This record gives sequence, structure tokens and C-alpha cells, in this order.
Amino acid sequence: MSEGAQDAFLTRDNPIVLDIRGMRVAVRTDAGDGPVLVDDVSLELRRGEVIGLIGESGAGKSTIGLASMGYTRRDCHIVGGNIIFGDTDIRAISPNERRELRGPKIAYIAQSAAASFNPAHTLMEQVCEAAVRHGILSPAQARAEAISLFKQLDLPSPETIGSRYPHQVSGGQLQRVMAAMAMVAKPDILIFDEPTTALDVTTQVECLAAFRKLIREHRTAALYITHDLAVVAQIADRIMVLRRGKMVEFGDSRQILQRPKEEYTRRLVSERVAGHKFVDANVAAEIPILAIDHVSADYPGKPKVIADVTLEVRRGDTVAVVGESGSGKSTLARVVTGLLPRVAGDVRFNGVSLSPRLRDRTKYQLRRMQMIYQMPDVALNPQHTLLETIGRPVAFYFNHSGRDVRARVAELLRQMDLPESFITRKTSELSGGQKQRVSIARALAAERDLIICDEVTSALDQLVGEEILRLLKKLQDELGVAYLFITHDLGTVKRIANKVAVMLKGKMVASGDTATVFSPPYHPYTELLLSSVPEMRPDWLDEVLAARATGAARTSALLRAP
Amino acid sequence: MRIRGYKLSVTAQIGIAIVVINLLVAVFAPLIAPFDQTTPLGDAWADPSAQHWLGLDNLGRDLLSRLIYGARMSIGLALVITALSFLIGVISGFAAAVAGGWVDQLLSRFVDLILSMPTLIFAFVILSVLGSALPVLIVTIAILDSTKVFRLARSVAVNIVSLEFVEAARLRGEGWWWIVTREVLPNAIPPLTAEFGLRFCFTFLFIAALSFLGLGVQPPDADWGSMVKDYRDMINFGSAAPLYPAAAIAILTIGVNFIVDWMLSIHSRGQGEGA
Repeated sequence: MSEGAQDAFLTRDNPIVLDIRGMRVAVRTDAGDGPVLVDDVSLELRRGEVIGLIGESGAGKSTIGLASMGYTRRDCHIVGGNIIFGDTDIRAISPNERRELRGPKIAYIAQSAAASFNPAHTLMEQVCEAAVRHGILSPAQARAEAISLFKQLDLPSPETIGSRYPHQVSGGQLQRVMAAMAMVAKPDILIFDEPTTALDVTTQVECLAAFRKLIREHRTAALYITHDLAVVAQIADRIMVLRRGKMVEFGDSRQILQRPKEEYTRRLVSERVAGHKFVDANVAAEIPILAIDHVSADYPGKPKVIADVTLEVRRGDTVAVVGESGSGKSTLARVVTGLLPRVAGDVRFNGVSLSPRLRDRTKYQLRRMQMIYQMPDVALNPQHTLLETIGRPVAFYFNHSGRDVRARVAELLRQMDLPESFITRKTSELSGGQKQRVSIARALAAERDLIICDEVTSALDQLVGEEILRLLKKLQDELGVAYLFITHDLGTVKRIANKVAVMLKGKMVASGDTATVFSPPYHPYTELLLSSVPEMRPDWLDEVLAARATGAARTSALLRAP
Repeated sequence: MRIRGYKLSVTAQIGIAIVVINLLVAVFAPLIAPFDQTTPLGDAWADPSAQHWLGLDNLGRDLLSRLIYGARMSIGLALVITALSFLIGVISGFAAAVAGGWVDQLLSRFVDLILSMPTLIFAFVILSVLGSALPVLIVTIAILDSTKVFRLARSVAVNIVSLEFVEAARLRGEGWWWIVTREVLPNAIPPLTAEFGLRFCFTFLFIAALSFLGLGVQPPDADWGSMVKDYRDMINFGSAAPLYPAAAIAILTIGVNFIVDWMLSIHSRGQGEGA
């Protein structure tokens, strides 16, 4: 039996620290009552236990996290049920008493650590602030406690890291400092709200390991909110699956992952495991659509961001460029599009060399290469309607009349499985997945050969992201478009790409067919990346950490492609 | 009452009432004013009567009529100047943000240069040299004011330009005119509208100040600032004459600020929802 399962077994007799009974949260404004965000959710959290809350966005998981502290977002209210912490009902106490609970008793760790720290103060000041202000610890005690937490969280130079400012540490380190900030006052409950979602896979492993160690050593109870089943599998004793504010299934982690009872849970689990491959490349010897030939680029006055990169994309190919943030993969996309002029090498499009600068390229060249972005929220002008957004490339490149543009936009919307009536809506009125479909439609409208996809699914929920990938695959089958996928998600890569290039510090360390690159012998860095992708087994994190500790990773069975 | 789905606060409703009444008075001044604003009708400083509700002024002109025509001059002048300063400031601010590089540097440093001098003194020098004819007054104040509009427009546009939909437009091959008018402008309207209200207030007060100092609107035209100047000594003799134009200035300023406050509050609330 694994350590996690033993924990679940042992915690069964521990005292209940948080008891939520029939909680309901709803929107209520001047204009009247709105939708119910959380409907009749109950859970008992015992000391030393971790409950994972999982679901797509809009499932109500963050709302439950906030409501456990008695808080809601603007215009929302807790309209029913009891939230009992120890022996106090959080709903019944005054806002002041509630503020006294938050920090010393219940602490919250948010997704974006960068946004939660004040850039003008050192980390130590901010870590100690709450505990000192609440009078729990003296400043000296708080400092000592913080340093010991930094050590437990495996932060580098724990004695001195506190004197740095937030921008002087990496994202993963900052996330761990935030965990230290939450732990200083020794709260009874920790609420983690997607704390690793913004991190790349290798950093995520470090943070997950640190969080788990912290929870185990302090025997703190925790709610862990995430949309990634594989992540929650590593850390939670029990998992609650939520959908549209209602509880779908609640049970032991192993049971949820291995024997899900409900159809929705089964879908969630199988989406994560299942694979569907994009077309195998035609091995035709035709001219590649895109040939990147020994290209280097830099930002003025900085060392080279990418150096000597060579890559080819052929018709029908899906080429994935992978690497952690800072590896230069997004820079590569900027160089290909001409936003950042290359300083050496050549980029050929359909056999013709492209000028390094965007403004020197022809309209025809611009049209044949389109881009889809990570964040659909900022990739579409919120003030434009779908007709303007998708119709602009049609009008711009083909000089069609107004009626032809409208007909083409309607056709593209149908291809995207979006209702035609959306044509007059503003892009800001759509959901994340719908916006990403509009981005794709805008790219398709130009009748292109190549679409560059910059992390197109990482800002979306798992199921929505899967739908987008399936749509891209369908379009490739129908239209023969080639994709250059920039991503850090190796799970996606394994499923969709027929070729892959691995980047590290601006250099390409491995490239070739996906099957070749992702099977032994690996480049050591490819191996590190691969072994960092969470798998949906509760023992996965232990195995990875053990393998890394003993240096036996090379032969590890973890690297089997799912 | 609601505007575009947002509930109007009580202060905003008061503000709108004040501004609408003032605008109506300014537009229909010749119809509303009981007498001509320049014709002497009796003794100087005659007391209020049934015929002359606020009495007569230093030259025996009807005070109420001058106050009504003054609204026309004060508000009209401030509106024209603010509109002109926005035209100059927004176009140059957007150009600086979209073009970047040396265009941005040149425009920004020039604006820094003008902003480094106190506005009132700068206006003094120019108006003393060129005289206080209305066109000179309008252009001078509009250019001085446009530097502040430039700052705001540039910073708003810089934020918008960094968003990916602008990059997408660039990759499409769009020219700068499309980027400025179709991608940036629609997203900059809310902060710029609020700024328009505030700048209108500042301009309005600035003209009043210049007129009070004798460098603004020249006789026989009346504006509220010059009326305060002409009548100010009468306060010593127990006459309320200078208080009417002063109150008009204060009330309109407060009214516009009520509306601006409300607009800023819904704007920040809108951003809160996005987070």
C-alpha cells in the first residue's frame, strides 16, 4: 500500500477540522438573483487529510475554496448550508472574526504567486507579516519559522532567500515562498487554488513534491483545487469531481482514478489517458512548407536567445516544439513570423526565402502563414464582432464584397461548430473555448499553408482543450494544413505531433519523429521533461522522486508513452 | 435610471441634470435671456427687481442675461478647446505608442519639455505676446492641454498595443491607420471619455482663471471668469453680483465631476469582472 493510501486510512479517525454541509453559493445583484454557482455541496475535511476538488472552469471549485473561508467573489453570496470550522459556523460570525480566522487558521495559496506578492517588499517581510500582525509569533520567531519552512520547501539558500524581492526568484520558487507564507502561522487548513497551473512541467514536479512534504510533516488539512486529474492524483487522499456547481462523484483517489462510477468522471479520466494521433506525415519528397535553416536571433544587447536552430515542416505535418519557459520556443515563432528579425540563417517558406523583417514581406507570404495564440482573451479584439474578427482577413487578403465576406464567415463558423447566429456577437461575449475557435476560424479565413499554434490549449480546461485539438485534427484532415505547435505540455505532444523538436536554452537538443525522440535512448533533457509529465497514478510522484534520487531514471518504466 | 446596463448613482443623476441644464442654457441663450447682454438698461448696480431678477451690473446691463450669455461663452469655449486638445493629444499619443522607437522618443520628450513649464505662466507669455483674440486663446490652451491628453492616450495605447490581437493585426499586414482606428481606439474609449470630462473641467476653470486675470475673454463678451473679475469689488458693498458667476462655475465643475466619478467607478468595476 502506498504512503498516500495509508494516509487516507490513518486520517479516518482524526478530528474533523472543516465540515461543509449543503453549501449553496449564488449570484445576487441589484438586478435580481442570478445562477447558482455551487449547489448543495457537502464535505468533511479531517486533520492531515487532503481533498482534491476537480472540474472544468465554471465547475465551482474555486468558489468552494473561497466559501470555505466565508468569502465569495463580488456579487456572489453564500445562500445556504453550514460551514463549520472547529466549532464555529463561519457564516454566523462577523467579518472581523472571519478576518481573524484567515491566515492563522485557514490559509490560501493562489494560482499566481507573482500577483499575490508586493514587489516593493522583500519576501521575508511578506512571509512574516500576517503571523506577526495577528500576534501569533514575535518577529524573531516568525523569521526562524520562515527559514525552517524555506528549508523544508527545498528553496535554494534558505537563510538568505528571504532578503530577496519577488522579481528576483523564479516562478516556481515564488510559488513555494507563498506556501511558506501560508504555513508560518501554522494554520489548520491550507487551500491551494491551482497553485501549479502557471508553471511548466519540470517546475511543477518540484512544487508538488514540496507541497506534499509540507502537508505531511505538519499534518495540515488541505483543499487542493485543480483541473488536472494527474496533479491531484499525486497529492489528494480523496477527490471530489464537480460539474456546474454540483458534486458528480466523491471518493478515495484510487477509486476515482481506477474505478470511476460516474460517466462524467470516466470521461475526464479517459481523456487524460487516451491518445489520438494526427495524420502520419506524407513522406513525399516535396519542398517543405517551412524550412528553418541554422537560424539565430537575439534581442538587442542580450546574448542569443536562439542559436543555430534547424527545423522543417512539410505538408500535413504537425511539428511540436517543446521546452520549458525560457527555452526560446516562443522566440522561434516570433522569428518565423518576422516579429523578431533573425540575425543569422535562413527561413524558407515554400522554397522562397522570407525577409527577416515582417514589414518587408509580401501580403501573399503573410497570408500563407497564420498564428493562433495561447490566450484567446487577448488574441481577439474585445470590441469587434465575430463578423469583423473573422471577416477582416477575408476582406483584407481577397478584397471580397461585404456579402461574400459574410457568407464566408458563416461558413467558417459552421466549420468551427459555432452557431451562425454568433456572427453579430462581440468576441468578449464568448467563453474561452469559443474564443479559441474564433481564433482558429480567423487563421483559416486566410487560406493558409501553415498555422503556428502558440500554447493553444494551455489556457483552456482539459476537456475544452481536447475539443480544440480534435477540431485542429479534423481541419488538418480536411484542408491539409500543417501545424507548428509551440507547447510545454508533453502530454499533448505525444498525442498530436508526428515530429517533435526539443529546445533547451535556445538550442535544439533533439528532433525527429515523435516516436523516435520519445523512446530510448533519450537526450538527458528529453528524459527529464518526459518524466515530469504527471501520470494519473497516485504513486507517480514518489516513483519520479525516487528515480531521480537514485539516478536510475534511465531505465524507469515511467517513460512509457500513455 | 440605467445607461448601457449600468445603474446611475444619485450623484451621477444630479451631475447629468446640472450639465444638461447648463448645455440647454448655453445653446438657447438668445431665446432664454430676457435682455441683450451688452445694452445698458438703467443705473449701474441697480438692485434686483421684478424686471431684472439679479439686478444690473457696473454698466447698467442685465446681470441675468449676462450670466446666460456667459454660459454660452464659458462652456462653448471650454468644449471647443477640450475637443481640439483631444484631437491633437489622442492622435499624437496613439502614434507614439503604435510607432514606438524614435517617433515615440521625439513626441514624448517634446511633451516633457512643455510640461516642465508651469501652464499658467506659459499661457501668460504667449497671450501677452500674441494678444487675447479668441482663436489665439483657443489654440494656445488646446496645445498646452493636449500634452496631458498625450500622456494618457499614449499610456492607454501602449497597454493595448502589447496585447496579442494587435500583434495578430500586424502579422496580417495591417497598416498603422487600421491599427490605431480599429484595434486601439475602440478599446481606449472608456478611459478617454472619463478624461474628457475631467479635462473639460480643468479647461473651463483655466479659462475662468485667465479671464479673471484679464487675459481671457475680452469685453464686451462676457464669460463667467471675467464677470467675477468685473464685479469682485461689489462684494465690499454687500452686493451678491460676483457670487452668481462664481457659483455657476462651481456648480458646473461639480456636476461634471459627479458624472466622471460614476464613469470611473463602472470602468474599474468592469475591469474587476474580467479578473
